[in-house]
This record gives sequence, C-alpha cells and structure tokens, in this order.
Amino acid sequence: MYYFDPHIHMVSRTTDDYETLAKMGCVAMSEPAFWAGFDRGSVESFRDYFRQLTDFEPRRAAQYGVQHYTWLCINAKEAENVSLSREVIAMIPEFLDKPNVLGIGEIGLNKNTRNESRVFLEHLDLAARFRQQILIHTPHLEDKYQGTRMILDMLIGDSRIERSRVLVDHVEEHTVRTVLEEGFWAGMTLYPVTKCTPQRAADIIETYGPERLMVNSAGDWGPSKPTAVPDFILEMRRRGHPESLIRKIVYDNPLEFFSQSASFRFTAPELRGHS
Amino acid sequence: MIRQRAAMEILNREFLEIRCKVLELAAAFDRLERGSGGFDDDPRWRKVGEAIDVLRDDRGDRAERVQLIFSRPYAPQWRDEFALDRPE
Repeated sequence: MYYFDPHIHMVSRTTDDYETLAKMGCVAMSEPAFWAGFDRGSVESFRDYFRQLTDFEPRRAAQYGVQHYTWLCINAKEAENVSLSREVIAMIPEFLDKPNVLGIGEIGLNKNTRNESRVFLEHLDLAARFRQQILIHTPHLEDKYQGTRMILDMLIGDSRIERSRVLVDHVEEHTVRTVLEEGFWAGMTLYPVTKCTPQRAADIIETYGPERLMVNSAGDWGPSKPTAVPDFILEMRRRGHPESLIRKIVYDNPLEFFSQSASFRFTAPELRGHS
Repeated sequence: MIRQRAAMEILNREFLEIRCKVLELAAAFDRLERGSGGFDDDPRWRKVGEAIDVLRDDRGDRAERVQLIFSRPYAPQWRDEFALDRPE
C-alpha cells in the first residue's frame, strides 16, 4: 500500500532509510523543523538548516521516488532564548516560497512555560500573516495534557487561524477528543515507548473514526522507528479492517490536508511517467 | 462505521500479549521490593497504584483515565498567570 509519513525528521536518518521507506510504499513525507539535540547558537545555524530542509533533503528523497515536503520554525525547546527565536521567525519568510515548504511547524510547547507560549504566539502571527498551514508539536508525557490544552487555547484565541489548516500532532487517548471536537486535524505518533503504539493508534481509530486523523513515525535521531506507519497498516489488517479505511488514514487524509498548502504539488505514483 | 470485532476474537488474539504484560509488571514490582530502601511515598509509585485501580474497574475509557493520572493538571486561567497580554 502506498502511504505518506506526515512527520519524519529525515535529516537525522541515513539514505538507507529512504531506500527502505520507498520499498515499503512511502511515496511522500513531510519533515517539520525540530531540535537538533543541542541548542543552536545563531540565526545563521537555522538558515543553514532551512537550506538543508528545502534543498538537500528533497533531492536525496527524490533519488528513491519519495516526494519530500517541509515545515519551518524554531522548536519549542529553543524558545527560552526569546531573542534568537525572534531572529529566526523574522528570517523564515526568506524560505516560504521554496517549492517544498508546506507551512510553519512543528511549533508548540515543551515544558509549558511563559517564554514558550510567547514564541508560539509569534509563530501563529507569522503563519496568519503569510497564510501558512500549521503543524503543532504537543509536549511529552506528564506535560502533554496541560500543554495541549494551552495550545488549543492559543489557537482558538486567534480568529485568523483556520482550524482545518492546522494539524495537532502527537495526540494520545487523553488529548485526541478535544483536538477533533475543536475542528483541528490530529496526528498520532508511533513511538516505541513515550507516545502511541500501532495497537493504541488502531484503538483510537476504532473509537473516533478516521476523519481528520493521521499516523506518523516522527523518526528522528532518538529511539524511534521510521517504518512505524507500515506497522500500523499491518495492525489494522490483522484486525480485519478494509483496505479503503487504512488507505484513508495513511494516504487520503494526508493528501487532503497537505493539498490546502499553496506549495503542495504531489504526483500520485500511478501517474508518474505520464506527461 | 468501523466494524468492531467480537470480544472473544480479541481475547483469543491478545491473551498471550496481555499475560506477558501482566508478568512484566509483576516482575518489576518484585524487583522494586527486592531493592534496598523504601519507595512507598514516591508520588510516581502512588500514581502507579491509582492506574492499576483503573484497570480493575468497569467504567471504560481506561487508557484515557490512566493517561490523566500521569498528567499535570490544566488550569484554564494560565494566560492570566503568564500575563501574556501585557507588554514585556
């Protein structure tokens, strides 16, 4: 089955992973900007990172027939440095016209602090002014519930934000309902220990249905599994769910969501090679 | 509408996995008990106890309720506390 991985950090993965993902049916992916594992020291570091996301990675992906898209921001983990965050936010528009940029992301909260909230609001303002789609990171573990509710408060508080153009990621059992009820899209991240397993993601689909829900691997430099979306596909098949339902979650839904971005130019695998 | 499987079908498929997870918990609890020093007052341990109580009740939505046990509370007035609307 062809599928999208709507959230994966390929700058942290090897070219072998592109090959494996392509063999498993991955035809497109979107890569949000995130934390490098250390705090970057200057806006120039981010400019180079954004060049990597908008130039190098799409070419590397294309070698395996995978279409690569990206989102730009400064991650919440670095938002305690408010002055650097503002420099980065001011620089982002240089890259918004690049052909693989879908919007602003993954913005969000980490430890739910005042500075993180302030930088999040400034990212929202940027997205609204440039009419960009938004991809949201919600916090980990004990901070997730509180942080997700704070994020929703800020999104709902800005009347310029179109909820159907926002994907709230890393939802789990205690956050998915509110995100969907408020009209946003929701992503489930299939992480080995700290987020959602393929089994629990399938449970959430069985509970809430497939509308506005996606699954992703969020594969990065830490413990993660870039082939987690095929694990989810297998779990759904083992439960006897129809191919049409599975395809909706791993292919049709990402396609519908991403198609709202002006930069999204996707060629379906069936149409490749046709002029 | 998503098809829901028969409970017995689910139990047949998942019994060994459930058994395995219960055993892992039992062994972890034994490991803790063998360790030196106490841990009964640790708030994390109290939450583990609350979570296990949820598994045994019949009120449904167990995964959501267990998640909430391990979550920091949300206060709707957080924006006022952060004074986000005031200039820096």
